[in-house]
Amino acid sequence: MPKLKVDGIEVEVPPGATVLQACEAVGVEVPRFCYHEKLSIAGNCRMCLVEMEKSPKPIASCAMPAADNMVIKTDTPMVKKARNGVMEFLLINHPLDCPICDQGGECDLQDQAMAYGRDHSRYGEGKRAVKDKNMGPLVKTIMTRCIHCTRCIRFANEIAGVEELGATGRGEDMEITTYLEKALDSELSANIIDLCPVGALTSKPYAFNARPWELRKTESIDVMDALGSNIRIDTRGAEVMRVLPRLNEAVNEEWISDKTRFACDGLKRQRLDRPYVRRQGKLVEATWDEAFLAIRQRLAGVAGGRVAAIAGDLACAESMVALKDLMAALESPHIDCRQDGAKLGAGVRAGYVFNTTIAGIEQADAILLIGTNPRWEAPLVNARIRKRYLAGGLKVGVIGESLDLTYKHQHLGAGPDTLTELAAGRHGFAEVLRSARHPMLIVGQGALARPDGAAVLSAARALAETFGMIKEGWNGFNVLHTAAARVGGLDLGLVPAEGGRDVAGILEGASTGAIEVVFLLGADEIDMSRLGGTFVIYQGHHGDAGAHRADVILPGAAYTEKNATYVNTEGRVQIARIATFPPGEAREDWKILRALSDVIGRKLPYDTLADVRKRLAQVNPVFARAEALAPAVWTGFGTAGSMTSQPFASPVRNFYMTDPISRASKTMAECTEVFVKAKQSAGKTGTHG
Amino acid sequence: MSAASHGPAPEQPASFDFTAENMERAKRIIAKYPQGRQQSAVIPLLDLAQRQHGWVTNAIIEKVAQILELAPIRVREVATFYTMFNMRPVGRHHVQICTTTPCWLRGSDDIVAACSKALGIGLGETTADGQFTLGEVECLGACVNAPMMQIGDAYYEDLDAASTVRILDDLKAGRKPKPGPQVARQTSAPISGLTTLKGNGSS
Repeated sequence: MPKLKVDGIEVEVPPGATVLQACEAVGVEVPRFCYHEKLSIAGNCRMCLVEMEKSPKPIASCAMPAADNMVIKTDTPMVKKARNGVMEFLLINHPLDCPICDQGGECDLQDQAMAYGRDHSRYGEGKRAVKDKNMGPLVKTIMTRCIHCTRCIRFANEIAGVEELGATGRGEDMEITTYLEKALDSELSANIIDLCPVGALTSKPYAFNARPWELRKTESIDVMDALGSNIRIDTRGAEVMRVLPRLNEAVNEEWISDKTRFACDGLKRQRLDRPYVRRQGKLVEATWDEAFLAIRQRLAGVAGGRVAAIAGDLACAESMVALKDLMAALESPHIDCRQDGAKLGAGVRAGYVFNTTIAGIEQADAILLIGTNPRWEAPLVNARIRKRYLAGGLKVGVIGESLDLTYKHQHLGAGPDTLTELAAGRHGFAEVLRSARHPMLIVGQGALARPDGAAVLSAARALAETFGMIKEGWNGFNVLHTAAARVGGLDLGLVPAEGGRDVAGILEGASTGAIEVVFLLGADEIDMSRLGGTFVIYQGHHGDAGAHRADVILPGAAYTEKNATYVNTEGRVQIARIATFPPGEAREDWKILRALSDVIGRKLPYDTLADVRKRLAQVNPVFARAEALAPAVWTGFGTAGSMTSQPFASPVRNFYMTDPISRASKTMAECTEVFVKAKQSAGKTGTHG
Repeated sequence: MSAASHGPAPEQPASFDFTAENMERAKRIIAKYPQGRQQSAVIPLLDLAQRQHGWVTNAIIEKVAQILELAPIRVREVATFYTMFNMRPVGRHHVQICTTTPCWLRGSDDIVAACSKALGIGLGETTADGQFTLGEVECLGACVNAPMMQIGDAYYEDLDAASTVRILDDLKAGRKPKPGPQVARQTSAPISGLTTLKGNGSS
């Protein structure tokens, strides 16, 4: 552990740390543009110059390893002059267009020029101008502003794993571009907007929409996938202007996927802002009272056994527990939160969560992916696997579709047959798993949401036990979910009670008439045509498939519009916070269910959010501990059975449109055109790069 | 180099393949590098392709990338970094005049003017018959013999306007002008003859 002095303060840093990190450790601010702690060190902006004793000239602190007995000074005239000079050079070719620059107000160059630069320019010559580059529908470029820090290039190469960005030319002619100006084909591409320290790369959909100081910032949780990325929602008035990542090393580090970032324009379109009731075959606007009355009339005299409920993929825990309690009050056993029909039981938590944890991926040395495309189902899980892969010594095997995952992997086979072979040790990869110290497997919904899903789950569990994935301090069995609501739903036991029907059973019952009333809590991904003549109550926020089929629509709140609890695929309980109010007559979801329960004479016993949360903790104690993550106990789950040899296929066929919000988003529609349809027409499938 | 000159040329041939002979050469070049470090061959391979085709096309970049298992952008970065790679078509004789300080002090402006007059083109242009491309380059490391120019692989040094025109005329006529100093100077020795190492070594 090197011990050095920074501005007279002694500090000990871990071996391999840089002088800049040592400075940060004692709380000394060092300006920088190219250095970023999640990226490799480039050392090309020279802004981080500091003085080192016995060195004749200032050193770039970001690239200098901290060593014993170094004496660093950051507040000397030499350092001041050096920073001043670097800043002057950086500004030589940087346009003075801050008033029309979207980065204005949150620009590193602007801030640091104020803090470390001169008060005027001495440069009278012509500035260089650079042609703007096309980087696709998400990233807007104004390349004249670029200061060549190369953060974007390093991000694309290292984190995103798509080698498409580079610097052509040299010296004054250096330009950042994608190869032949192709759109940057990565699910994480827009993170380069956050990384860009100047206004060269800005958000295209957000261009000229707002200034940072006009925005109200709400820290919340994302629901576009089951990862529960930590986000910051920026709003102006009642409008969500943009979504940015928030640092959480355990979940999303400091990145978010493009869908998380840009699907928010879908919050303004296709919204359900008032109740509707179907009269003479047409949905007509109604008041809350009329809507509730219509439901009461229809439910009157209907036995509980003829009522069913399905919770959708974006439902919060509060609304799901209210739904569950309401169904229990109606004495209906038919309730399910697994729209896709995944064969996952409630009960044994270790059997349906990502036990290793996302950060735990970094400890793994062998990973088996079963029926999942993490690149599309959870891009940041994929980025974590890539991070582990870059650290070296990781072997990845894939059973399922052959994909470009951004890291080297071995494609073992397409379906359950390979799983059987592997379990019997007849496959070459078995040796890899056996000799690994921390092996893990990830089962995707593509392997579970099929008729033999329970058998696949059981086979995966047997595999985990056979290959030593379950041991003291390590659980290598993981289920990767695609729906933000799913783990919460399973934690709350939103599965058919004794004698109840699951989603397939409910649809079956609906088409035969055994089920008369179906309550859809934001459930849009089921086959609506099979609902037959049932009376459909849809509670949700978007006019998607469910609302089109509904007989009564109860307008609910989207994830940005309510204080809500979500449980991510790891089983981490996280709280989303209200950023704007639901539009029009729409209300928070648990309140709607509570009000409805009163009208139909089955009043739920909670009146405040605190009461609902108490009820959540009562149903499952995990809800009492937000953010905390306790390892789940490993006990038996899954039912052994025979598997078909049908290959696994990921349920996500279009990364950019997976839920009612992203389906309503114009930006996501554009991405679909550019990234998905273009490839499909070229005859390729999946994520072939 | 002007800002636009390293962007891809507007007209690009659809494909590129090394000739069988050059492919053999490419394989020998790649074999020089240790296992797993094959991408180090990117510069020699680009050079080989440029010698075959005259300039570096997108198809060449993609071909080299494919052979070395690199992303095309990585090859493009290298190709545009070095001015020796021509990103646009050039004439049969690529005349590159050094105009960096030592050559400039010794009259490179005159050499540029002489070439321009003799060929009827300006810097960065190619004659209508496709025989000559005229360009200025930064220091080629022959300052002792300034001013100088490079045509193809040959250096022509100690130039003046007359010798420059003579060289160009020779090339136009299909003759091969003598490379090296165009005055009575032995390689880079002093123009007045040797000043040291004159003895036979016995004194």
